Amino acid sequence: MPRRALTGSRIRRLRTDRGLRQAALARACGISPSYLNLIEHNRRNIGGALLNRIAAELKVDPATISEGAEAALTLALETAASSVPGFDSDVERSEELAGRFPGWARVIEQQQNRLLRLETTVETLNDRLTHDPYLSASLHNVLSAVTAIRSTSGILASGEPIEPEWQARFHRNLYEDSQRLAEAAEGLVSYLDAGADVDQTHMLPQDEVETWLADMGWRIGGLERDAALSSEDVVSAVKFATEPAQELALGYAESYARDANALPEAKLSAILASGGTDPRRIASELSLDLPLVLRRMATLPVDCFVGGLSPGLVICDGSGTLTFRKPVRGFEPPRYGAACALWPLFQALRSPTTPIVEDVFLRGRDESHFTAFAISTTAYPGGYDGPPVVEATMLLMPKLPGDAEATRARAIGSSCRICSQGDCPARRAPSILGFSDEALPA
Amino acid sequence: MGRHVLLIEDEPNIIEAIRFILSRDGWRVDTHSDGSTAMEAIRARSPDMIVLDVMLPNRSGYDILNDLRSDPAYQDLPVLMLTARGQKKDRELAEKLGASHFMTKPFSNLEVLKKVRELVKQ
Repeated sequence: MPRRALTGSRIRRLRTDRGLRQAALARACGISPSYLNLIEHNRRNIGGALLNRIAAELKVDPATISEGAEAALTLALETAASSVPGFDSDVERSEELAGRFPGWARVIEQQQNRLLRLETTVETLNDRLTHDPYLSASLHNVLSAVTAIRSTSGILASGEPIEPEWQARFHRNLYEDSQRLAEAAEGLVSYLDAGADVDQTHMLPQDEVETWLADMGWRIGGLERDAALSSEDVVSAVKFATEPAQELALGYAESYARDANALPEAKLSAILASGGTDPRRIASELSLDLPLVLRRMATLPVDCFVGGLSPGLVICDGSGTLTFRKPVRGFEPPRYGAACALWPLFQALRSPTTPIVEDVFLRGRDESHFTAFAISTTAYPGGYDGPPVVEATMLLMPKLPGDAEATRARAIGSSCRICSQGDCPARRAPSILGFSDEALPA
Repeated sequence: MGRHVLLIEDEPNIIEAIRFILSRDGWRVDTHSDGSTAMEAIRARSPDMIVLDVMLPNRSGYDILNDLRSDPAYQDLPVLMLTARGQKKDRELAEKLGASHFMTKPFSNLEVLKKVRELVKQ
């Protein structure tokens, strides 16, 4: 479905770009205009010979029209290009590269991801050295003990006469401080040793957990109501590379289990099957929190959704940092660095507890359209005299090809560096892409 | 000038050692260990100089120094700062706030003694 949906839209766009009339293209390809019309509106699947003929008429590589899997790869190549300062000459050909040499393109993608992970590791270690409270407290302990020892032993070694009580006292102090120094030094060594393990992991905990979830289709079957497994059972059965990832996964599984209990899968899928797709309405009819309904909708199997596209979900904290990223066809949340400031998610942060619904489309070659549902909530997990913990949640429901086009959809991006909207007032970093239609294949 | 030092430091064994060295040199040494009540201790004891540690429980030595220098009565009181962090920015902050001298741990006894004598002579 997604591939078909894309192909038609892409043919229509390439045709109108060239100023070709539908009837003319249809005639040239030996099909009826009404059939081409169905194709362009993604009502008919095409492939093989017809696709090649249409591509030849539009003077593009057939892969340019049929690609779908390559879109993500192309984006990855553009991200890789953006990390090379001054590299812009061939960026517009990334799509061609992904289409013609998918294997090599994947090598670039993987190397880029690895580079980013390593950079993040270096940053983490750097931060740790300068800001780590444990490290600075340990060093302080060592220095304090050394200071006391130096001063005390200096008195004893000065050769000046010291009363016996004082002498005994200084000897005792010296012994105490040397013990303290030994302990502090030992603690420091074991702490730095543990740090060495961090170097060996290639993934951030959040990446590891998201990879695990993605492999399961973002649904933890073992935690749905009829499978009575505990969160610990589910998580301990998985081999996570790091303990932080294990912890993060357990936290997620626990909240997943609570969500699943409050809104069982069968109940939600029955509502969707009967045509109720507005999470706001579902939440108010069932007297449930909207964020919970948004989270649950993102865990349903794809066949619960008309068109077979499960919605995307992003969650951020009060600082705007993305804490959960479930991509959806046409929308890939940035893995590193900050997201597009225009997301309804961030609008929700500014108007707490107000549900926000907005039609959006993603700038880029496909212009995927979505309906975004977003809301932010404030919790006081440490009690009402503690700090407020803000969380915003956004569900992206893909628009289907047959759906009415929204009259006022807002253009959003993934992240500034790979966004083609040239005149964006919210831009914070220059893009590596050519602006407007220059990004389209000629 | 008198020979009365107030030592504001929270490590008991460092207090003991410095107190011993200064006493033997003929100084009267009072000590105080809590950052939050240090200003009261200074007012109550009115020492001729202060040896002030940066890392104190409840309040930083920098904050105490800042309070001291904004009070006209203590603008010229000699203050010897002690810290376990000898980084450039720490030194700069101490100078900016008006420390008379800045000494990093671990220091030598002779060094402390020399500085204390020097600062009170001024």
